[in-house]
Amino acid sequence: MRSLLPALLAAASLLAGCEKKQPAQAPAAPATPELKAPAAPPPASDVILLGEVGSLTGAEATFGQSTHEGIQLALEQANAAGGVNGKKLEVRVYDDQGKPEEAANAAVRLINQDKVKLILGEVASTNSLAMADKAQAAKVPMVSPSSTNEAVTQKGDYIFRVCFIDPFQGYAMAKFARETLKLQNVAVLQDNKSAYSTGLTGVFQLRFAEMGGKVAGVESYSKGDTDFRAQLTALKKAKPDGIYIPGYYTDVGLIARQAQELGLKAVLLGGDGWESEKLFELGGSAVDGSYYTNHYSPDSPNPATQAFISAYKAKHNGKVPDSLAALAYDAANVAVAALRKSKSLEGPDIRDALAQTKDFDGAAGKLTLDEKRNATKPAVVLKVENGKAVFAASVSP
Amino acid sequence: MVPPGLRGVLPVVLACLALAAGQRLFGGQEFFVYVASLVGVNVVLAVSLNVVNGMTGQFSIGHAGFMAVGAYAAGRLSLPLGDVAVSGLPVAASDQLLFAVSLLAGGVAAAACGFVVGLPSLRLKGDYLAIVTLGFGEIVRVIIQNTPALGGALGLSGIPQRGSLFAVWLCAFLAVLVARRIAESSHGRSLTAIREDEVAAEAMGVNTTAYKVRAFVVSAFFAGVAGGLFAHFVPIINPGSFTFVKSMEVVVMVVAGGLGSTTGSILAAVVLTLLPEALRSGFNRFAGEGAGAVVDQVRMPVYGLLLVVLMLARPQGLFGTRELWDRRKGQGARP
Amino acid sequence: MSDFLQHVINGLSAGTIYALVALGYTMVYGVLKLINFAHGDVMMMGTYVGYASALQFKQRGGFGMASVLAIFFLSMAACAAVGWLIERFAYRPLREKPKLTALITAIGISFAVSYGFQMDWGFLPGPNPRAFPEVIRRQPWLTLLDGEVTLWNWQVISFAVALGLMAGLQYLVFRTRFGRAMRAVSHDHRTAALLGIHTDRVIAVTFMLGSALAAGAGILFAIKDVKIEPLMGTQQGLKAFVAAVIGGIGNVPGAVVGAVLLGLVEEFVVGYTASSWRDAVAFGFLILVLLLRPEGLFGRVTAEKV
Repeated sequence: MRSLLPALLAAASLLAGCEKKQPAQAPAAPATPELKAPAAPPPASDVILLGEVGSLTGAEATFGQSTHEGIQLALEQANAAGGVNGKKLEVRVYDDQGKPEEAANAAVRLINQDKVKLILGEVASTNSLAMADKAQAAKVPMVSPSSTNEAVTQKGDYIFRVCFIDPFQGYAMAKFARETLKLQNVAVLQDNKSAYSTGLTGVFQLRFAEMGGKVAGVESYSKGDTDFRAQLTALKKAKPDGIYIPGYYTDVGLIARQAQELGLKAVLLGGDGWESEKLFELGGSAVDGSYYTNHYSPDSPNPATQAFISAYKAKHNGKVPDSLAALAYDAANVAVAALRKSKSLEGPDIRDALAQTKDFDGAAGKLTLDEKRNATKPAVVLKVENGKAVFAASVSP
Repeated sequence: MVPPGLRGVLPVVLACLALAAGQRLFGGQEFFVYVASLVGVNVVLAVSLNVVNGMTGQFSIGHAGFMAVGAYAAGRLSLPLGDVAVSGLPVAASDQLLFAVSLLAGGVAAAACGFVVGLPSLRLKGDYLAIVTLGFGEIVRVIIQNTPALGGALGLSGIPQRGSLFAVWLCAFLAVLVARRIAESSHGRSLTAIREDEVAAEAMGVNTTAYKVRAFVVSAFFAGVAGGLFAHFVPIINPGSFTFVKSMEVVVMVVAGGLGSTTGSILAAVVLTLLPEALRSGFNRFAGEGAGAVVDQVRMPVYGLLLVVLMLARPQGLFGTRELWDRRKGQGARP
Repeated sequence: MSDFLQHVINGLSAGTIYALVALGYTMVYGVLKLINFAHGDVMMMGTYVGYASALQFKQRGGFGMASVLAIFFLSMAACAAVGWLIERFAYRPLREKPKLTALITAIGISFAVSYGFQMDWGFLPGPNPRAFPEVIRRQPWLTLLDGEVTLWNWQVISFAVALGLMAGLQYLVFRTRFGRAMRAVSHDHRTAALLGIHTDRVIAVTFMLGSALAAGAGILFAIKDVKIEPLMGTQQGLKAFVAAVIGGIGNVPGAVVGAVLLGLVEEFVVGYTASSWRDAVAFGFLILVLLLRPEGLFGRVTAEKV
C-alpha cells in the first residue's frame, strides 16, 4: 500500500493541470467493435435475426410477456407474407429480470454474439436507456415499443420508439382534466421509486398550471407500499377536485380504495401504467369513474386496430390484447417495414429506412416518427366504468 | 534476489503485466469483457465482505449500500471529468488516471460511510449490526432517489465507459492482496480473536470496537471501489441495482466459499456469477428459446435454500477458513 | 384538526399490524435469542392460506362469523405447522452452533420462501398481487367532526385483537407454568433442561405460537390493505422487527408500544414533512433509538455471559 501513496499524490497534483479536451481528439475507447469484428463475412443465410430484450421474470413479468406476444404475432404475419425479400424473420429474446445492467448485458449479447440486425425493447425506460448506449455504440438500430421517458431516444440517432413520450402524455391528461373535466384544483401522488412516475408528475404540474389550473400538492410513495393513508390525508387538507396518480396498477387500486375510505371525493386520473385487468381486481368499485391516458383503446373503430385484435384473440384463446402487446406489434411491424425498404441489411441503412417511417397505420393508431425519432400520435383517454376501461376521448398533439 | 524494498511491489508489477497481456488478448470481445468485469466486481465485493463477515465474525447485510455509495460518488465525479484531460499526458493515459481518481473517491466515500455506520452500531451486539447495515442500505437508496443531481429513480447515465478488464482485475487483485495481508498480520489475528470470542478478546486487551470499525472501513472501501468499477462499465446505474437482493448475493458468495476464507470467497464469486450465465445459455440452446428464463426465476429461491443447506450440512462452507496459500497442511484449518 | 385526528387513527391502525407481527418476533427472540428473519414470510404464507380458504367460503356463499373464524383458525394452524417444521429442521440442529449460523439460516429461509412464492409453478401463486376478499364487511364504527373523520370497524377489531393478545401473552409468560418454563429456558436453557424442563418442547411450542400469531396478523393486514403478494412479508417483517427492537426485543408490552410508536412516527413524518423520505423513517428511527438507548425503550441491559 505504501508504494501506492506517491502515485496517488502524483495523480492529485496532476489534477491541477486539467484542461478541456479538444473536440478533435477521439474518445479513448480501447477497441471499437468494428475494428475487431471478424473480417470474414457471416455465412449467407436465409434468416434475418432480430433481438428482443424484456423482463420475462420478476415483478414486471407481465410487461415482458405481453410485449413478446405482440412481437411474435407481427413476425408470424410478416413471415406468412413472404418475410423480408424472401428471408424469414426470427427473434431471439433475452430476459433482463427488470434490471438495467442485465438489459445492457442482453443487448451486448444480442449485438456481439447473435449479430442481430435490430433490437426491439424494452418496456421500462431505465432498461431502455441502458440498452440504448450499447446499441448506439455498435450502430445497431433499436426500436422501443413502450418506453415513454424522453431521454431514451436522446441517446443517439439509432434509437427509435413507436409510442408517445411522457411530456405528451402528461400534457394530454392535463388538457383533458382542465378542458373536458373542468378541474380547478388537482393534487398529485407520485411513485418516487419510478422515473416514469416522477417524470409524468413534473410535466403534469407544469402543463396544468399553464392552463390555469392549480396543483394543490405533491406527495410521494414507493412502489410496493400498501398504506397510502398518510399521503392521502395530507392531500385531503387541500380539498382537491382531482388527484393525478401516475403510478402502476399494482398500487393505484389500493390508493383508490383508501381514498374512498378516507372520504376523498376527487376524480382519480392516471397514465398508461394503470393498464391491467388487475387494476379492477385490486381497486374494486373504488376505481370506477377514474380516467387514464393510454396508447390505444380496444374499442377503437380503426381497421388496423381491429385486425390486430382479432388476430391476437385467435392466437390467445380470446384474450383481449393490452396496450403493451399492441405497441410491441407496432414496433415489430415498423421494423419489418424498414427492413423491407432498407437498401441493405447494414445498421446505417436500416436506420435511415426507420427514420423515414411516416403515417404508419399501426394497431395503436397512425404514427409518424419525427426528427427526434419519437412517434407523433394521438393519446386516448379511457374511463373506468364497472370494472372496464372504455374510450372517453382522444387528445392529439 | 529481489531487494527487500521491492518485495511488496513485485506481485503488483507481475499482476499488472499479466493483466495487460490479458487485456491485449481479450480486450476486443465485448461480451467476454462484460462478463469478466462482472465476475471481477463480484470478487472484489465478496473478498471485502469476507473481511467483516468472515474474518471478524460480524454480520453485515448492507454491502450493496456501500457499493451504491462508491458507484454514485465515482460516477458523479467521472461525469464532468469525461471531457477534461490532464495536460501533458496522452488522452488515453489521462482518462485512465482520472478513472483511478474517481475510483479512489468512490472508495473513500464508501469508507467514510463505513466509519459513520460502523462506529455506533458496532458497539452493539452482533445481530443488531445486521439490521443496521440493512437499514443503511435502505437509507442510501432513499437519499439517491431524492437527489436530482444523482438522477433520482431514473439513474445516472452517460458515465464515461472507462472500465476495462485490466482495471477491474487489478482492483480485484489489490483487494485480495490487502485481505491476505490483513489476515496474516497481527491485525488479522486480533480480528480472528474477536470472531472466536469477543469477550475473551476484550479481556486479552484487544480494543474490539477499534478493530471492528477498522475492518468495517476497509471492507466498505473496497465495496465502494467495486461500485465505482461497476459504474464505469454499465451504461446506467440506478438505485434498483443496489438493493438488499444484491447484498444477499454477496453474502451467499462469502458463506458458500467459507466464512473467513479469501480463496473461498473468490471461488464462490466466480462460480456463482458464471453459473447462472452458463445455465441460461444452456437452457436457451437445448430447451428452446426463452427456457433460460427459468434460471432467473429459480435463482433467488435456490440461493436461499443454498444458505440453509450449507448451514445445516457444512457451516464452514467450501474452504472453511483455509487459504490456497497456506504453506503447511492444516495450518489455517480449525475444527 | 380533522387531519390531525385522521393521522392519529391511520398511525394507530398501521402500528396495530406492526404490533401483531412484532409480538411473534419478540416471543421467539425472548426464548431462542434468535432473530427469526423468516417471521414476515411465515406471515405471508399464512395470508395466502387465508386467501385460499376465503375463496372457498366465498364460493359457498358469503362470510358469516363462523367462516371468518374458520379462516383465521385454518391459516393459524397451517402457520403453526410451518413454524414447527422450520424450528425442527432448520433451527434445532443449529442450537449449539454459533448464533451467526442460525441467523444466516433464517435469512436463507426468508429468501427461499418469498422468492419461491414468486414462481408460478403448481400451487405457488406467482408474482402478481391478489386482492384479499372482503371477509369483514367494512362499516363506519364512529364518525367524528361532521363526518370528516371515520373510524372503521376493522380498525377497532384489529386494535382490540392486538391489545387482547398482548394481555394474553403477558399472562401466559408471567402467570402460567408454561410461561415459567419459557422464562427459565430464556434465562439459561441448559440449566433449565437440568431442572427437568423439556426445553425442546418449550421452544417448539413458543415457535408455533409465534407463527400462528404471524398468520393472524397477516389476515388482519390483508383486511386492512387488501393487496397480498409474495414479498409483502419482507416489508412488514422488517418494520415489525424494527418496532420490536425499539420497544426492547424480548419484551411483550415493549413490542406493542414500539410498534404503535413506529406507526405514529411514520404517519406524522409522511403527513407533515416530505413523504418521499418515508422508507428511511423506520430505519432512521431505529438507529436513533439504538444510539440513545441500545437496549430499547423497555429492555433491560444484560451483561454478556462468558
